[in-house]
Amino acid sequence: MKFKLFTLLTFLSLTFLSCGGEKKAKPNYDAPTKKEVVKKPTSTEKIDINAPSMSNKGIGPIKSMALGAIDNQLVAKGKGIYKINCSACHKFKKRYIGPALKGITKRRSPEWIMNMILNPDAMLQKDPIGKALLKEYNAPMANQQLKETDARAILEYFRTKN
Amino acid sequence: MKTILKSIFLLAITATFLISCAPSGKKSNKGAISGNAAEKVYVAPGELDSHYAFISGGFSGQLSVYGLPSGRLFRVIPVFSQDPEKGYGYSEETKPMLMTSHGLIPWGDSHHPDISQTNGSVDGRWVFINENNTPRIARISLETFETEEIIEIPNSAGNHSSSYVTENTEYVVAGTRFAVPFPQRDMPISEMKGNFKGALSFLKVDKETGHMNISFQIKMPGFNYDKAHPGRAASSDWFFFTTYNTEEANTLMEVNSSQNDKDYIAAINWKKIEEYVANGGGKMEAANYAHNTWDDETHTATTVMKKKVLVIEPKEVPGAIYFLPTAKSPHGCDVDPTGEYIVGSGKLAASTTIHSFSKMIKAIEDKAFDGDAYGIPILKFDAINYGMLEQPGLGPLHTEFDTRGNAYTTFFISSEVVKWNIKDLKVIDRHAVYYSVGHLMIPGGNSRTPDDKYLVAMNKITKDRYLPTGPEVTQSAQLFDISGEKLELLLDFPTIGEPHYAAGISADKIMSKTKKIYRLDKNEHAYGVKSESETKVVRKGKEVHIYMTMIRSHFSPDNIEGVKVGDKVFFHVTNLEQDYDVPHGISMIGANTSELLVMPGRTATFVWEPKQVGVWPFYCTDFCSALHQEMQGYVRVSPRNSKVPISYTLDGDIPGEGED
Repeated sequence: MKFKLFTLLTFLSLTFLSCGGEKKAKPNYDAPTKKEVVKKPTSTEKIDINAPSMSNKGIGPIKSMALGAIDNQLVAKGKGIYKINCSACHKFKKRYIGPALKGITKRRSPEWIMNMILNPDAMLQKDPIGKALLKEYNAPMANQQLKETDARAILEYFRTKN
Repeated sequence: MKTILKSIFLLAITATFLISCAPSGKKSNKGAISGNAAEKVYVAPGELDSHYAFISGGFSGQLSVYGLPSGRLFRVIPVFSQDPEKGYGYSEETKPMLMTSHGLIPWGDSHHPDISQTNGSVDGRWVFINENNTPRIARISLETFETEEIIEIPNSAGNHSSSYVTENTEYVVAGTRFAVPFPQRDMPISEMKGNFKGALSFLKVDKETGHMNISFQIKMPGFNYDKAHPGRAASSDWFFFTTYNTEEANTLMEVNSSQNDKDYIAAINWKKIEEYVANGGGKMEAANYAHNTWDDETHTATTVMKKKVLVIEPKEVPGAIYFLPTAKSPHGCDVDPTGEYIVGSGKLAASTTIHSFSKMIKAIEDKAFDGDAYGIPILKFDAINYGMLEQPGLGPLHTEFDTRGNAYTTFFISSEVVKWNIKDLKVIDRHAVYYSVGHLMIPGGNSRTPDDKYLVAMNKITKDRYLPTGPEVTQSAQLFDISGEKLELLLDFPTIGEPHYAAGISADKIMSKTKKIYRLDKNEHAYGVKSESETKVVRKGKEVHIYMTMIRSHFSPDNIEGVKVGDKVFFHVTNLEQDYDVPHGISMIGANTSELLVMPGRTATFVWEPKQVGVWPFYCTDFCSALHQEMQGYVRVSPRNSKVPISYTLDGDIPGEGED
């Protein structure tokens, strides 16, 4: 009996000690974190940014792009869009803020070119050529918020600049 | 016996621990913040607030944008004052926004923001705000968070019973606080009585563009029109304005305009007057006021001086205007979400007056009049009064409502917010504020559909609530949770200027339609260019116009020669970027308007008048990329008599030359 009473009181006092009884789960104040897996380059070879690499399609919305005969109307449209959105950083015959674009369609696949226009942020971070270009030119390619049809027109214009 | 002793001993220990758990030390004025207040206002890094609060910047002349519940400041929208941070009022394009009939006014006094409404609910399209000093109403776009339009209010002075909107934003109102000669004229001040008038202006708002124009001005008796509130639901055809100084005193006002036991709330049937105007009523009178509009395609503001305004004499529209007697110098004038209760807070009265809209309509039908003032019928107090909230506190100012039939009134003198039930006129709860509260705001509280979650009290004095910063200490707001029975104080947060009033809205009504860039292909600026190949420098006599572009991270052109001392050099700078959150800035040594921040796709202009020969640099002022420090250029300034021709290059070439 004595023992029981003692136990009960001890238990009670311990309960009080916890200051308010019921414990609430602590709110989680941590910002949601994304775990990003950083892939290490599989090869240590230096990428030659001037060498043709037609098999690389790049990273972005364009998975495959079949080209027909040159569409002159599309070329004219592409030229207009290029002038407003691209010419502040690119020239054809001369290295400028970014690389000279003459012959670009002989060096890069149509998909790679369009993905570079439409998705430059990811291209510069993940695509091996994109990464090498950023290293060489320092200035990141600007995302000009162009539509797929705009990028397609620019590509057509580039085909006339070889 | 031993057991009992042991038990007592244990109980004593327990009690000691219990006591030690209670708050210790001196009594503080934390206002009984409960344990989970921090949790309720904590917005974790990367998370977003649930509400926008647009808080008046008071004597700063601006409008600030806060997040609730965090109380974080996101942006100060320049409205009535120049703002170096945004170049507003300094750039050539924005200067016309500050034009008035008194010339360019570089700062103002902003007061009461109100968000546009559709069907009696805040719709998040625009926010309107009044300038008190040089009477103006501004409209701010909630897509761009920029001031799009400012209209001056003629025949008005101390534009205080403004800028509230009707249920479908048909009108925004601007009522004069000071009675003044209407139109202004040279006359003895002592002859005020009967000769001064009070202009109540109704500005029509275009449904699509939001453009405002003064539809009509009601030439009311020369009282002071202090605050206004549109009717809601049942009373939506009406607008209510409190008055003080019905004594029409013109000196020592704190005594002489506090003589009458009752002043009035003016009830105005704007639908009836609209009809009268549509049928050709009213008289066009000469006036002179500025109407400034911003164009998002030309990126330029223009001022038009308007010369006429339509004036309505109350006696010519019978049945449209009545006076509701209301206890002593009422300040706040607030209508509950159902539109039935009209609350007039007599700031000098011991009790708050609540009128009934349905009783008012009946009194009008019954012609229950108690004489008239300048021909406007005064309704009998007993015929319209719903009741009085007796002695709820000292110095009642403003009331807002929830959807559960509760009203929340601020008391300036006793520094508190009181929650009371409108129907039974019983006080439910009260909470101290720190200190001397003016307005309060419940998001959507000015509409039929307030949000029953938060209440922001805006205080005039903070004294010891923040670290001291010399004689002038920060202004402050306090956030309450009103979702429960009791008011729960959650947070103090500092504000800019005096936080006169605020408007709040759920974030989802705005954030999805926010503008991210200005499209370059839609840029119609007179001096804008769309590519580097169009950049150039043109001399026109002593004026030199530089058509310049910026993109990460260079200007075009960046080497300019042929400028001379005494020239007026216009930098017209276009940001060619089309990506979100990539503004560039430009600063030119010695320029009076030191910096412009230019948003993607936009063109802005500043003027530089070089006074010294030399080679002077300019640079980008907004950290735009890793090569931001390299974003710079030079202008060569030659003596006045120099023969150096204008030339401009980028990387040695004339921009665009040789490219197709």
